[in-house]
Amino acid sequence: MIKTDALIIGAGPTGLFTAHQLKLIGLDCEVVDNLDRIGGQCIELYPDKPIYDIPAVPECTGEELTNNLINQLKPFDIKFHLGERVDEVKKDNDNWIVKTNNGKSFSTPNVIIAGGVGSFEPRKFSPKECEKFENKSLFYSVQDKKVFEGKTVSIFGGGDSALDWAVELSKISKVNLIHRRDEFRGAQATLNKVKELNSTGKINLLTKCQLVCVNGSSKIESIDIKNDDGETKNLKTDYVLGFFGLIMQLGPIANWGLNIDKKTIAVDTEKFETNQKGIYAVGDICTYPGKLRLILSGFHEGALAARACFKLARPNEKYRFEFTTTSSNLLKRLGKKE
Amino acid sequence: MPKITYITHDKQSHTVEIQNGLTVMEGAIQNDIPGIDADCGGGMACATCHVYVKEDWFNKLPKKEDGEEDMLDMAFEPKTNSRLSCQLIVSDELDGLVVDIPSKQT
Repeated sequence: MIKTDALIIGAGPTGLFTAHQLKLIGLDCEVVDNLDRIGGQCIELYPDKPIYDIPAVPECTGEELTNNLINQLKPFDIKFHLGERVDEVKKDNDNWIVKTNNGKSFSTPNVIIAGGVGSFEPRKFSPKECEKFENKSLFYSVQDKKVFEGKTVSIFGGGDSALDWAVELSKISKVNLIHRRDEFRGAQATLNKVKELNSTGKINLLTKCQLVCVNGSSKIESIDIKNDDGETKNLKTDYVLGFFGLIMQLGPIANWGLNIDKKTIAVDTEKFETNQKGIYAVGDICTYPGKLRLILSGFHEGALAARACFKLARPNEKYRFEFTTTSSNLLKRLGKKE
Repeated sequence: MPKITYITHDKQSHTVEIQNGLTVMEGAIQNDIPGIDADCGGGMACATCHVYVKEDWFNKLPKKEDGEEDMLDMAFEPKTNSRLSCQLIVSDELDGLVVDIPSKQT
């Protein structure tokens, strides 16, 4: 059991700056995120897209913003638990016991949900029967490519993951690459490679086609795909891979007894506390009258939630507001003063 | 104000008046029309405001901008008449538009 003053769920910009604020006022914190890297939506959805409405930053990409926030955390020692999803939050006297899907548990008086619009999960195929083959002969990510050796693999998607794996697996497997249209959004260089491999017969490229159904009993034997003209084709295949990007799911947060409306959590605007004492929600996931889904709003919400955490984490101390320009306490924490 | 009709997957038809300048996605959210999630809030970053546009309307709409087709790759059961409703800005020209909402968004 890890003890901490505050646990932050979500390592997007709001979660990162909230961590900064907690450490600055002298509290410990740990951060959990379902993704295997820091940055949240900024990194997953728009790493290369410029953002123009961060105060005092005229223009930066999602990736640059994330890197700057990480740099801002450098003075502090913050433990990140990446690739882990918080599944359970339970009350234990004055603390919350928080458990992740990897079996880690935390005891903390403060839980700050900075979860964006939930956790990212792979987008899945629509035919129902796909579910029963999932993680057996149908996958949304590749853990160990050796299982595909000498087999036929049908890859769906038009982005970098689909193209990269088509090229990679064509070295050891028979590959069908299937996409719903002629254009691909993956890198041009990889696409050229795919086309070259298609002309030499190493990759069987099928565009303007989509999956209709998956056939087989215990494992996949073949798939049916349909083209834009409505013609159906049966393809023998041992494995199916789907790369349709990520989708945000509220996930287990829905079960924590919070006031949730349209995938957002109601909070007050003083502490950004939910209906549960010691659980806060900040950033895109919270709602209150006048809420704006802007990164800058998340920063403000995190700063206030951090102050509210102080009261529960240090019940016998008084929080004193200080400026980083003048406070020797803060400057010490920032490593600017002995 | 232009009238937009949303047909949900269970064939319920909802016709609402939407102010010019709002998007077809915002019109659905403001009028509590089920089946449009719009997780990213209109940033063309999630494909959860996906709709099918009736054929006769599809060709009258402003063409897709870069990125919309890429996002549609990730939508649930995209078809040739798929659009992201956050990219359809309501104007007098769109008065009478009918869109079908897919059975789900994810």
